[in-house]
Amino acid sequence: MKLSETEIAAIRHEMTLYEDPGAATIEALKIVQEHRGWVSDEALEAAAAVVGVTPTQMEAVATFYNLIFRQPVGRHVIMICDSISCYLTGYEEISAYLKKILGVEFGQTTADNRFTLLPIVCLGNCDNGPAMRINTDYHGRLTPEKVDAILAEYP
Amino acid sequence: MEKVLTKNIRDNREPMWIAEYEKAGGYEAFKKALQEFKPTEVADLVKSAGLRGRGGAGFPTGVKWSFMPRFEERPEQRPAHVYLVVNADEMEPGTFKDRLLMEGDPHQLIEAMAIASYAIGADIAYVFIRGEYTECQRKLQRAIDEAAEKGYLGEDILGSGFNLKMHLHMSAGRYICGEESALLSALEGRRAVPRHKPPFPAASGLFGQPTTVNNVETICNVPHIINHGADWYKGLGLHKDGGTKIFGASGHISRPGLVELPLGTKLSDVLDHFGGVRHGHRLKALLPGGGSTPLLTDEHLNTPMDYEGVGAVGSRLGTATMVVMDETTPIVGVLKNLEHFYAQESCGWCTPCRDGLPWVERILTNLEAGHGHPGDIELLDLHVKLLGPGKTFCAHAPGAMGPLESGLKYFRDELAALIPDDQDTLGLTQPANAVSNS
Repeated sequence: MKLSETEIAAIRHEMTLYEDPGAATIEALKIVQEHRGWVSDEALEAAAAVVGVTPTQMEAVATFYNLIFRQPVGRHVIMICDSISCYLTGYEEISAYLKKILGVEFGQTTADNRFTLLPIVCLGNCDNGPAMRINTDYHGRLTPEKVDAILAEYP
Repeated sequence: MEKVLTKNIRDNREPMWIAEYEKAGGYEAFKKALQEFKPTEVADLVKSAGLRGRGGAGFPTGVKWSFMPRFEERPEQRPAHVYLVVNADEMEPGTFKDRLLMEGDPHQLIEAMAIASYAIGADIAYVFIRGEYTECQRKLQRAIDEAAEKGYLGEDILGSGFNLKMHLHMSAGRYICGEESALLSALEGRRAVPRHKPPFPAASGLFGQPTTVNNVETICNVPHIINHGADWYKGLGLHKDGGTKIFGASGHISRPGLVELPLGTKLSDVLDHFGGVRHGHRLKALLPGGGSTPLLTDEHLNTPMDYEGVGAVGSRLGTATMVVMDETTPIVGVLKNLEHFYAQESCGWCTPCRDGLPWVERILTNLEAGHGHPGDIELLDLHVKLLGPGKTFCAHAPGAMGPLESGLKYFRDELAALIPDDQDTLGLTQPANAVSNS
């Protein structure tokens, strides 16, 4: 498969920012993911060709980092913080509630493809725990009622 | 008390963009450094101010800068590039202070990076930001563009002959990226695996070139030291260490948040700034500076919150963003949560960390579920020794052992009480009527 001209241009720009253009592997994966929602094997190989690294090198990176998705995700990705400040302020209740109303476990996507539910390490929103991130939006001091209202904002 | 790092930060975190920042005295320190100081003099000034790293380790910043090779007298030997890298990979559980500085006053960080780059002779500077901090990315990129437009970045800056390019790198997420050498591996586009030291980054860092890595909060102090001098800076602290610190509090605290206070402020006074432990409850324990710092208890409330003060009571200042637990908190749950984090975030490079941390997590999981075994506490003691400083490739596993060791020290009875007396219920002992096959 071929990447789009927009993806290739964005990756080539990143390659100019480093002494070794191969340093753009991580950013290349993120660019592909931004355009396709996730990184398929074919997209990974195409991105590796643009950066000039082997697919194996690209795969090593793709499987290491938390924010690279190697499986399809839903339209919105919910990441709920499971670290200590959120644990102390009610993370377990909120994550159990999310699993119940969405009918999924961590790592799964709802049947209507609307939400993927993931745990994430400390979001740096500790003063607003329990906290979660949907796509790039932060939501804090969560309660089950608040979660209902927030999810309604993501059709 | 005088606010230094947060004086420009508004409650809504809408930054001063460049015109307003300059009006408030911004970039004057950079101009002063370029016009009045040689690079080595900037480093010496920071050294005499006693600035220590605010990312957790507390290493003296000026000393770190002094490790960088100097090429002023031998420009022909200068490598292709010399790098400054700012560590903004804020993933230590409980820590959210650098985000405030990047979102609330991005030009302060850019000015600080420009001065630091001049001091160490860097011509390229990167900010390595955790991937989730998209608001920091947006604001810093705008500020970098503004600074370049104004001539504070680029070629022959303000006619000084000094050149500097600045770029943002958004991480794809792993806690180990915050480790200095792992961060460099990540910036090179590889797995964030730590590197052996020596060579230290000053000798062989990013792409094998001389490199300094500094934390966001650390480096934000630099313009103020240039403007006001080393003695002023040292005088800001209340105890042995100079300067102010952004303290944070989260967990069971009345008003969670951040506040800038003098280094050396007494622990109880810091807690008072956040309204103390949540209403109707009392302090059981706290992590003084993020998930890797050994627990303190109410017997430590008089501790001066600086590097030596917290060190003297067996913990570390760390990032000084405290996680507070009241008396309702089961300590086993806290330790399990922390060790789960460390087990999951181990990069897997060295065996003690890769295999030891999941074992610790499993023991704690069993204890919490009431399925502990006799000897579990001693096994945890053993892990504290075998995963401690010097036993693993980097500081990840020793950091994970900090809260565990202190948990075993202060709450041993509470943990031991979780082991069932009647081991028969676990199916561990052979029934009396069992028939041997032999």
